[in-house]
Order: sequence, then structure tokens, then C-alpha cells
Amino acid sequence: MSPQLDRIGLVFVVLLALAAVVVPVLALATPADSPFNIPPYLVQLLGKYLCYAILAVALDLVWGYCGILSLGHGAFFALGGYAMGMYLMRQIGTRGVYANPILPDFMVFLNWKALPVAWWGFDSFPYAMLMVALVPGLLALAFGWFAFRSRVTGVYLSIITQAMTFALFKEFFRNDFGFGGNNGLTDFKDLLGFPLQSSAAKAALFSASAIALILAYGAARLIIGSKYGKALTAVRDAESRMRFLGYRVENLKLFAFVVSAVMAGIAGALYVPQVGIINPSEFAPANSIEAAIWVAVGGRGTLVGAAIGAISVNFAKTWFTGAFPEFWLYGLGALFVLVTLFLPKGLLGLLLRPRRERAPTPETPALAIEEGADP
Amino acid sequence: MPHRARLLLIVRRGALALATSLLITLSGLMASGAARADALDDTLARFLADKFPESEQAIGELAAEAPPQAAAILEAMSENRLLFDPADRIVAYRNASGAVLNARTGETIADASGFRKVRVNNALRRAIEGATGSLTLAGSDPEKRIAAAEDVFKSRDAKAAPALKAQLARESDARAATALKLALAAIVAASDEASAADRLSAIETLRGRGDQDAENLIDAIDEKTADPEVKAAADSALASIRTRLMFWGAAQDLWYGLSASSVLLLAAIGLAITFGVMGVINMAHGEMVMLGAYATYVVQLLLPPSLQSWSLAFAIPLAFIVAALVGVAIERLVIRYLYSRPLETLLATWGVSLILQQAVRSLFGANNRQVTNPPFMSGSVHVGGLDITANRFWIIVLAIVVFVALQLVLRATSFGLQMRAVTQNRRMAAAMGISTAKIDMLAFALGSGVAGVAGVALSQIDNVSPNLGQGYIIDSFMVVVFGGVGNLWGTALGALMIGVANKILEPVIGAVQGQIVLLVVIILFIQRRPRGMFALKGRAVEA
Amino acid sequence: MTLAESHNPTLTHSLLYLDGISVSFDGYKALRGLSLVLAPGEMRAIIGPNGAGKTTMMDVITGKTKPDEGEAMFDGRFDLTKLDEAEIAGLGIGRKFQKPTVFENHTVEDNLLLATKAPRGVFATLFGRDDKGVRRTIDRILATTRLGGLRARVAGSLSHGQKQWLEIGMLLAQDPKLLLVDEPVAGMTDAETAATAELLREIARDHSVVVVEHDMTFVRELGVKVTVLHEGAVLADGSLDQVSADPRVIEVYLGR
Repeated sequence: MSPQLDRIGLVFVVLLALAAVVVPVLALATPADSPFNIPPYLVQLLGKYLCYAILAVALDLVWGYCGILSLGHGAFFALGGYAMGMYLMRQIGTRGVYANPILPDFMVFLNWKALPVAWWGFDSFPYAMLMVALVPGLLALAFGWFAFRSRVTGVYLSIITQAMTFALFKEFFRNDFGFGGNNGLTDFKDLLGFPLQSSAAKAALFSASAIALILAYGAARLIIGSKYGKALTAVRDAESRMRFLGYRVENLKLFAFVVSAVMAGIAGALYVPQVGIINPSEFAPANSIEAAIWVAVGGRGTLVGAAIGAISVNFAKTWFTGAFPEFWLYGLGALFVLVTLFLPKGLLGLLLRPRRERAPTPETPALAIEEGADP
Repeated sequence: MPHRARLLLIVRRGALALATSLLITLSGLMASGAARADALDDTLARFLADKFPESEQAIGELAAEAPPQAAAILEAMSENRLLFDPADRIVAYRNASGAVLNARTGETIADASGFRKVRVNNALRRAIEGATGSLTLAGSDPEKRIAAAEDVFKSRDAKAAPALKAQLARESDARAATALKLALAAIVAASDEASAADRLSAIETLRGRGDQDAENLIDAIDEKTADPEVKAAADSALASIRTRLMFWGAAQDLWYGLSASSVLLLAAIGLAITFGVMGVINMAHGEMVMLGAYATYVVQLLLPPSLQSWSLAFAIPLAFIVAALVGVAIERLVIRYLYSRPLETLLATWGVSLILQQAVRSLFGANNRQVTNPPFMSGSVHVGGLDITANRFWIIVLAIVVFVALQLVLRATSFGLQMRAVTQNRRMAAAMGISTAKIDMLAFALGSGVAGVAGVALSQIDNVSPNLGQGYIIDSFMVVVFGGVGNLWGTALGALMIGVANKILEPVIGAVQGQIVLLVVIILFIQRRPRGMFALKGRAVEA
Repeated sequence: MTLAESHNPTLTHSLLYLDGISVSFDGYKALRGLSLVLAPGEMRAIIGPNGAGKTTMMDVITGKTKPDEGEAMFDGRFDLTKLDEAEIAGLGIGRKFQKPTVFENHTVEDNLLLATKAPRGVFATLFGRDDKGVRRTIDRILATTRLGGLRARVAGSLSHGQKQWLEIGMLLAQDPKLLLVDEPVAGMTDAETAATAELLREIARDHSVVVVEHDMTFVRELGVKVTVLHEGAVLADGSLDQVSADPRVIEVYLGR
């Protein structure tokens, strides 16, 4: 990481920290008609962007620094979201339509008599938070262990992660899978006793998202700065060379993949109470690819660029789908094409002129005798 | 109450009358055709009493005897148009135009002043319904007789038994006879009092049918009987049917698998070409399929009705051309610049796929479009226990034709030779003077065009919608990975294995779990053979 | 390993022991019954025309390719055919590729740091602190390979010769028992070639080395035992003068 990039990162962190304080103050302490007031819907929207930014940072950790274009991060995000959603469902209790103290409404509706094992313990917040990290983490561990040991790389890996996402997408649509089927989980009432509809809860969730983004960035930055981070980048550039140096490449990749999946899960957990719903469409393969374009727009392998990319693309999406709903998909499609063709290093790459002679782009195999499955 | 007392009396007398009339009916069955006229007179005479049991008796006899007049009489009775003259002892009915006709002779009766209506209650109406049903059993059209017998087979209505037996005795059509026997067997199976002999013959008949229904019916007999001989026959029949069912079930699964494989092969084979030659993954490949399906839809819109049955002859070339042109445009405008960056090609082509989907949505709307099958592709054929739908069958044929045609292109043309050279060693091919850029473009045109043809096939079995292609891209890629890059035999085998495995796993562990298992198997497989089943090995490939 | 084999004196006294190795790719036999024994501390030059199987031999030793048959033992104890690349590297076998392969986006210093003998695990690298000993090793290697002034340069920006040297430096940092060096002087100037030969001789003082090379001047300069490979098997071995006098070698090289 260049010092220049670190300076941008520092500015970004300071801005986030400020926002974590200023946004709640403006939202709660100013009168509604004041020009400084931030209405609750906007707080919620900004909080959503920050969750996407965390997802982007997580993806950049594996894609930008390890060359793993995961198309499964949308699934990790959704799994974290579901874990949070399950906690929120259990908090509804007797306030549901059927007023069943234990079973969420959809289970009563499906005529279930007992709570499925997978739902046990989700009335406890610490347990739910543990699952937010554990479920995506374990899935990433199992999947990555298989895939990396099998030396599946490049587009092969991308497609296999997408297939995983697709399988989960279909699974969660089924009613008898036990997570609300098509409708997902919604009608949440409160989180840790605070009603989710209140402005205060929204402001608090925004601040929590900002802090989580700072922590995610910080953790990723520390990882990248360590010798492990250097080894990870070396794997990206010349995987088999690292093997001949005696590194267990699969373990290096696996660690980054799992950490990244956990980050994505946390982002999903913060996202769900802010949007008020989690349903199987969050697993849609398109979501995972969209996250990749956020990273590409901001600048792969920059961390802070990924976050900026996520925020700006989603801002554009909000504006576009409001103003010209017909054209958003054209715009998004064009973004994919134009960024990969003309802006391979993203916005930050444009900003950070290389100080020395050009280094080859990471994607170009630096090894002639690269033995990976990548054609 | 005197009224109720009389009713009781009637019921008792009725039961007696029923028993006697059963005897009469049975003996009537034995009687020759000449005796039938008298039987009809006796039957009609019962209506003169205008008592419910007598009328019911008459209805039963009409159904069993099935004289030509029966249908008209029963219809008139159900609509309260059946009349009788107690004085002259004539039964008649009023037809739709109001004229009164003699029920026996069909002659018009000028003076209908002495006639009264035959009374009908709900019980009689039900009896009429049943009788009308069994009358069709005696109809002149064998197809209708078979349909009526099959209705009884499903309803297992014991009241139809006499009519069935009557018809069976005079049945000349072999298929109708079988249907009648089966219907009788079903009634026997449902009955608690059938004799051992009846049960044995029912089991024998059902064994011949040998399907799921037969299995259930024999099972029912098996449960009801205590007779060891019947039990033994039932068990042996059950075992034979189950073996047969298992065999046909497996054959049907195989057929479904084959059908799924052919769709997979059509969708994947174009991908195998583009991915094989250039090593780039075209995420918009599914949209080429989608464009092919829309091309079929457009052809259907534009063709005059007289040419509709030839629509595929226009749709296939049009789909190929449209998809190939779009494919070339994508290759020239986007992919060409990204050859050394496969992951970014994936993203860029995904973007292209979004644009294409939205463009189609703008042009044709977001709703599903209906493409009708041409006549030769609709309907289905039963082969033994196998149900083969025509459209699935022709898609398998199309997949084979496309496969063979592609093999010919690759093996027998100079373009194919050059393409294989580029697939195996791009640098060496370039050094030998092959224009790799041109080959790339042509390969892309070919691969995309074939995807378009796949779209024509899919339009026949799937909804034509802008996101038609999305459902196929992942599976197609799995096929290519499984089969090995740049080898069509591998692609075919990959499609076959994935298609069949999916259909075999599906009933056992569910569709989604089946997919997950397959995914794990593919990952494990990649570990063993990173380049697929038919991959080229050696250092040259890895360099 | 059977008892009889464990008493094989050639095996127990060897560092590298290849016996009857065969490898084929789709019917093409890259190696056919190759046998070679390297004593501890020995330096050996391998020559042979294109397609003789030199690189495939290196692939077998480093675990990249599994032989169809034959025995490959390291240090008299480790069966190389049963280990993967990382495990073999962990035993102390380092490899330098024909085409220089360094981590192009890393600085020269980081390239050496990654190669330095140290725990390779995830957590060791994640939480490892800067080690004075490692610094000194890197300084020493930078001096040996004359890359001292370039330590902060991105490796991708080095010249071809500099990359070759950096890769040799990485091998030194790895401090392996056995170095496999594939065409180290390809594309070098005469002066660079001479300097590389000197460097390799220096390395050979406390390491075993196998050098694959086409350049006869360079092989002569090394002045070590030479093994000639042809069509996947050993054709001859001995001093360079001996093998160049061998009529079979002359035939293979000159096509007579």
C-alpha cells in the first residue's frame, strides 16, 4: 500500500468517524423544518450505503489482494442478514399477527408446532451475533477448503462461487427450508428493546454501520500490511512460485476468504434492521456480481476505493431508479463494460498516478509456468 | 303417521322387488335378442305403477338392457318429461318441441290428455345419472365405450357392474373389452364381498395393466381377503407389477434426464466453443439463447397462418444469424480488449447481458411471451410405461443434429482445423500464420449462433422472457468445466452426466440438494482432472 | 520403503536419488526411466537438447508432476512422489525457473522477505514481528546479488538480468539444502554470465546445486560433473571434456 493511499484512507476514516457523530446529532437534535435536519429515511439510506461499503471492502480483500473474484459474497452478506433477521423475528413475540410467543408468524401460518432447531437460541442477542459471524465464516471455510485445495482458480472459482450462491438462492425460496420461504423475514419490531421505527434507532444503526466500516477497513488494512498480506498479494501474482517457496497457498487463501466472508456477514446483519426485511432475493447471483462492480469502480486493491465505489454506485442507483427507472439497467450494464475496458484501476487508480514505471496489472500472469487451472 | 307407514311398506316391498328383478335381469342377460322386446315392455310397465322403487327398477333394467330408446327415456325422465297413461298402459315422453311420443315405438301421440308425469325424486335422479353413464358403455363408438369404462375404473362404482358385464358379453372390440374387464376388476377390488374366484380373475386382469393404479387395487384386494390362494396370487402380481413399475420408472427418469441433457447440451455447446477457443467466459451467453427464443417469437408473429407449421424452418436460421451477429459485436467491441484478463471479461460480459436483457424488455415488454408448438411438436406418445412428449423428443433430435454438424465443422473444414489449432496452442497457431483474431471472431459467431438455435428449442418448452438465459448460464458452465475445454465429446458427456444425474438425484434428495451434491462432485472432479474429462495434457497446454 | 531398500547404500548416502522415473503426457514419454544420484554438497550440471526432459525432471523433483513410475527420494528418507510442492519446498528444495519469476508488484526487499527461511503459516506471517536476523540475512543477500541499491524498487521494473539475480537471491534466502537452477544465464550478457557462474560456485560451497543449462561456456566455467539427458534418460555423465568426447553425445548434439 502506498503512503498516498494510506493518506486517503485516513481522510476517509476521519470523515466516517465525523459522520458517525454528526449525522445522528443532525437527525435527532434539529427540528424537522431546519435546513440542517436529516430526515429518518435519508439516515436509513446512508446507513444502507455504509453496509454495502463494508461488503465491498470484504470483497476487495479477496479480489484485490488475492485475485479471488468471489461471486459468493452476496450470499455471505445474506446469511449474516438472515441470522440478524432471525433474532429480530424472535423479538416480535406476541406482537405478531398470530401472537404466538415462540413461533414467528410464518411458522404458525404453515401450521408448524415446534420451533426448528436452526432457530433455537436466536432469542439471545449474543448468540445471534455469534451466528452472524459463524454461519458465513463456516460456509466460507468449508467451501474454500474444498475449492482451494482443489486448486480451482480464476474464472472457474468465480463460477463455482456463483453456483453456490445460486443453490442457496433456490434453497431459501423453499417454505420447508424453514426461513420464511419467498417472503423471507420481515415485520420486525425492535432491536435490543429499541423500536426500529424510531429515529433514534435509525441514527444508532447508522453510527454502528459507520463504526463497523471503520473497523473493517482497519482490520483489512492491518492484514494487508503484515507479512501475510504480502504473501497474499504474492499468491495473487504468482501462485505456483509461492508453492515452490514452501507456502501452503490454500491456507493463505482460505484465511482471507473466511475473514472476508465474516465481514460480509456482519455487513448483512447491519443492513437488515435498516431496510426492515430479508428475503431470498438477497441471494440473487446478480447481487454478488454487482458488489464486484462497486469494487472495480472504486479501484481494486485499494480497500478505501472499494468503499467509495460501493457508496457512489449505490447513490447513482438510488438517483437513477428514481429519475429514469427504465434506464438503470442500461446504466449499470454500461458501467460494467466501461469500467473494465477503460478504467481497470478504478477511480482511485485514476487519482493515484503511479510514482514509478508502470507495474503490470495484477491480472496478467507474472509467471510463464503458471500451473493453475486458469486458461 | 299413515304416510310414513306406507313409505316403510314401499321400501320393504321395493327391496323384495329389487331382489326378484336382479334375478330377472340376470336371466334376461342370458336370453336371446328376440326376447328383448318383451323385456322392454316389462320394463316400461314398471313406470305405470308410478312408485319410486318400481321406477328405480325400470331405470336399472334400461341401463342393463340398453335398448335404443333408453337414452331418450332416461333423459326425459330426468327432466320431468316422462309421462304415462294408466288407462291405456302407455309410457310416453314429451320432446323438446312439446310433442308427445310413444316411448316404445317413437310414434307421435296426438291426444295426450290422459297422460300424467312419472314422479322423480333425488334418489331416482342419481339412479338416472348412473344409468346414463352405463348406457354409454353400450354406445356404438368403441372410443366412447373405452372412456366410459375408464370412468368406472376410476369411480369403482359397483352399480355399473351389471352394465359392464352385459356389455362385456357382447363386446367385439378387443381394447374396449380390456377396458371393461379392468373396470370390473376395479369394482371387485373395491368390494368387500367379492368371491375368491372374482378376486383371482380381477388380480389377473390388473396384473396385465401393471401400473400404479393396478398396484393400489391389488394391494386393496390383498388387504381385504383372507383366502391364501388369493393372497398368493396378489403377492405374486404385486411383485411383478413393482418390478415392471421400477423398470419403467427408471426408464422414465432416464428419458427426463436425456431430455434435460439435450437442453443442457444445446445451451452449453456454444459456450464450449467460445470458452474453449478463447478461454474467456462470456456471461452474456445465456442472452444469446434468450435472443434465439425471441427470434422464434418474432417469426411466429410475422408468419401468415398458412406457414405457421413451418415456423421453425424460419426461426432456426434467423435465431442463428441474430445471435451470431450480436456475438460478433460483443467480441469486437468488448471481449477483444480483455483477452489477458479473464475475470474482467466475466464482469464486462455480465454488463453486456444486463444491457441485452433490458433492451429486450424495452422492445417486447417484461411479460412472458408465448410460443406455440408446431403440430408435429405437440402431444405425446406412450411407449409401454413411458410417456414421451413430442417437443422433448424433437429437442433431443435437434441437439444431436447440432452436435454432429459442429463436429463436422470442426473436423472437416479448414476453419475447424484452424480453430482447433488456436484452442490447443494460440501462440504456435499465430506463428504458423493463422489469423487468431479472425478465428476468435468466427468462433464467437459460431458459438453464439448455436446458442441462438438453443433458444429456438427452449422457446418450445420454456417461457420466453428477458431472463430466460440467466437460468442456463451456470449449468452450461458446469457442463463445460466438467467436460473439458475445447472438446465437444467432453461437453456432450458432461451434459449427459449432469442432466441424468440431476434427474436421478432429484426424486431421492430434492432438486436443490441434488444441485449441491453435483456442485461438490464437480469441485472434487476438478481437483482430480483440472481440465475436464477429455482434457489435453502436457506442458504445452500449461504454458 | 522396504527393509532391503533402506540398506541401499547409494540411497542412504545420497541427497537426491532418482531411480527409473517415467512420465508421459498423453502417450508422449517425457521421461523414460531416468536415474540420477546427487551426493550431499555436490554441484551438477545437466545438459541436453530440447525435449530431453530437463524441465520435466525438475517438475518431478519439486512435486509439480507426479511420475507414472519410479522412485524419487530426498535425503535418503523423503519420498518426493508423495509430497506436494509446498511440502517439498519445506524439506529444503529450492527452484529457480527458466523464465525469471519474481513477485512483480512487490519490492526487491519484500521478494527476499517472502523467500526468507521462516515459518510460513497464516498466523506466523500475520502476527510475526520484524526480526533482526531476517533483516541481516536480507542485507547480506542484497550485497551478494548486488541489488543493494534497488531494495525499494518494485521487482517488475527490474531488468531481465536483475530479475535473474533477484531470483537467485530468493533461493539463497530460502537457504535450501538443494537448489535447482533452470537456465540461469539465458538472455544474459557475457559479463553477467561470468558473474553468475561465480555466484553459483560460491553458493555451491555450502549447498547442493543442480544446474540445467544450454550454454557450454557457462557449464565449462562451472567446472563440475555433467550429466547429459537425451529423450528422457541419461545418455552419459562425467566431466565436460569426457562427455563431449562421447560419440553418442556428439551424435545427439550434431545429429550425425
